[in-house]
Amino acid sequence: MNLQEMSYREALREAMREEMQRDPAVWLLGEDIGVYGGSFKVTLGLLDEFGERRVRETPISESAIIGTAAGSAMTGLRPVAEMMFSDFITLGMDALVNHAAKFRYMSNGQVQIPMVVRLPSGSGTGAGAQHSQSLEAWFCNVPGLKVCAPSTPAQAKGLLKSAIRDNNPVVFIEYKTLYDTRGLVPQEDNYIIPLEESYIERRGSDITVVSWGPALLETIKAVRMLAQEGISCEIINPLTLYPMDMDPIFESVKKTSRLVIVHDSQKTGGVGGEIAARVAENDCFNYLDSPIVRIGGLDTPVPVAENLERQMVPDAGVIADGIYTALGLD
Amino acid sequence: MNLTTEELSQLYYRMLQARHFEETLEDLFHRRVLHGTTHLGIGQEAAGVGAAFAALKQGDLTILTHRGHNETIGLGADLTMLMGEMFGRSGGCSGGKGGSMHFIDLEHGNYGETGVVGGAYPLACGMAFTQQYNETGKAVLCVGGDGSVNEGNFHESLNLASVWKLPVVFFIENNLYSMSTPLEKEMNIINISDRSQSYGIPGITIDGNDVVEVYEIVRKALDYARSGEGPFLIEALTYRQCGHSKSDRQIYRSEQEVENWKKEDPIPRFAEYLIEHGLAEEGDLYRLERRAYEDVKVALAAAKEMPVPNDDSVYTDVYAE
Repeated sequence: MNLQEMSYREALREAMREEMQRDPAVWLLGEDIGVYGGSFKVTLGLLDEFGERRVRETPISESAIIGTAAGSAMTGLRPVAEMMFSDFITLGMDALVNHAAKFRYMSNGQVQIPMVVRLPSGSGTGAGAQHSQSLEAWFCNVPGLKVCAPSTPAQAKGLLKSAIRDNNPVVFIEYKTLYDTRGLVPQEDNYIIPLEESYIERRGSDITVVSWGPALLETIKAVRMLAQEGISCEIINPLTLYPMDMDPIFESVKKTSRLVIVHDSQKTGGVGGEIAARVAENDCFNYLDSPIVRIGGLDTPVPVAENLERQMVPDAGVIADGIYTALGLD
Repeated sequence: MNLTTEELSQLYYRMLQARHFEETLEDLFHRRVLHGTTHLGIGQEAAGVGAAFAALKQGDLTILTHRGHNETIGLGADLTMLMGEMFGRSGGCSGGKGGSMHFIDLEHGNYGETGVVGGAYPLACGMAFTQQYNETGKAVLCVGGDGSVNEGNFHESLNLASVWKLPVVFFIENNLYSMSTPLEKEMNIINISDRSQSYGIPGITIDGNDVVEVYEIVRKALDYARSGEGPFLIEALTYRQCGHSKSDRQIYRSEQEVENWKKEDPIPRFAEYLIEHGLAEEGDLYRLERRAYEDVKVALAAAKEMPVPNDDSVYTDVYAE
């Protein structure tokens, strides 16, 4: 396999570049995505490469951005819209939830809305309560939307390519603190990661840990630490949070009999609760040797001071403690 | 005028189809035959049908509001399909999944109604962007109501359309009330079209009960938009003779006001115009009215015979393949 090391940011850009080269219907829109390259420089250089026809800077009008994307998708194009910060999708929710997610169903399948909405998400940058949210759970409650959350550069590229090719509105959760992380990324033309397929990040036998986003990186740290103590963890990354491919999780829980779910977004009403419920109402329940443990972000807005903000999301220590609890070792 | 005698008859006929369709729905809801709700456009046929007819003639695309039956019928939708949708039947235009607020008819360029006030504006920008991007030479007719012009979507979309010079005509049917609230309680200007100045685009207020004027202005505006000049804002003054929806007792306006506006009813006005200008005989108009009446009757009978949707279809088309 031809691999190249690059950042999560570069991998996202490469995905957009390749899809724009492959399909003339793909176009980009968003605030400051041209010369400036977007607030996080993800689209840097694409204006030079593809021109103003396909890389469109918009006024600060989130509802118009999402609605325009949806209208163009309804009539045959494949827009990729960027929200400057995930938090600002609140201003585009009517277009996303009431329109993009509904038009196919309401028309009995006569139209389709192939669009991607990229959301730079998460805390850890000191940007405060209105620029740091992870809102993924909101979208996982909207039939008609798909929700992706890549955790590595290779996943970022493979999933974004699939999202752009998908014929549905896809909410694409990107993590601001992952933009600079680096990893090996496949360069083959046909490289994609299919949507709605969970991925087993690491095989193990004692306990199942489901995680994604920056929390997954912390989970991996915790699991490596625990491996030194002889604890064998299986890590599953759903990649697509909605609709979620639950089978690998069910199979894993039946094997390990224990489940921990870890995410950065707040615990209450979070996606982890849905995973826990699905496992509990499935015959997996009979295999469980201990209560399911959920580890999530704090149920507070995101503060700015570093010591406060650090507490928002679980780190390797907190995750290791959760795993001990599930193993009855605390 | 840009309309042939045959087209004028067609226009009159579709206005009558729309009127009879709406009156039939009103009756069906009064008798509690239908499930759900509806937003009728009785009295607004010149605006709705006239604008739709202009878009249809040039193969343009349209997107509508929750009160979009006049436009849908003006574009030439099959009434049986629409009535089937009202009855929640499988042969309805959306297989029974959309209902009164989600009529759609792609065959005639109608991308459908949306039930969220103002929701159509940014979609229209996107539809127009596709026309510009693919250089199709087509424009988009986006219909809105006076109640929607204080939504952020109106401002965001007209501004974006102007900056990008999108081929879209924003056609606002001003029926003086957003549900029960009179316009003067919602804005401090008289003409909605004055707002065009804020976006650097042309705007005009027209007599929305004069179907020929509506048709002519919309046609010119669509041509202006498709020529690359960008969007156009039209405000068509009209009046909703019926309630806002099925539960409206209309206590917010006087009977006298309604009666006065009925004297401006666009259908008799158009009939007079046709006869005065020697464009039709009374007998012709009577025959068109009978035909429209029969169409609705036939559609109603056919809709009642249609099977309900398959129970399993509740799960289909949530996602595209």
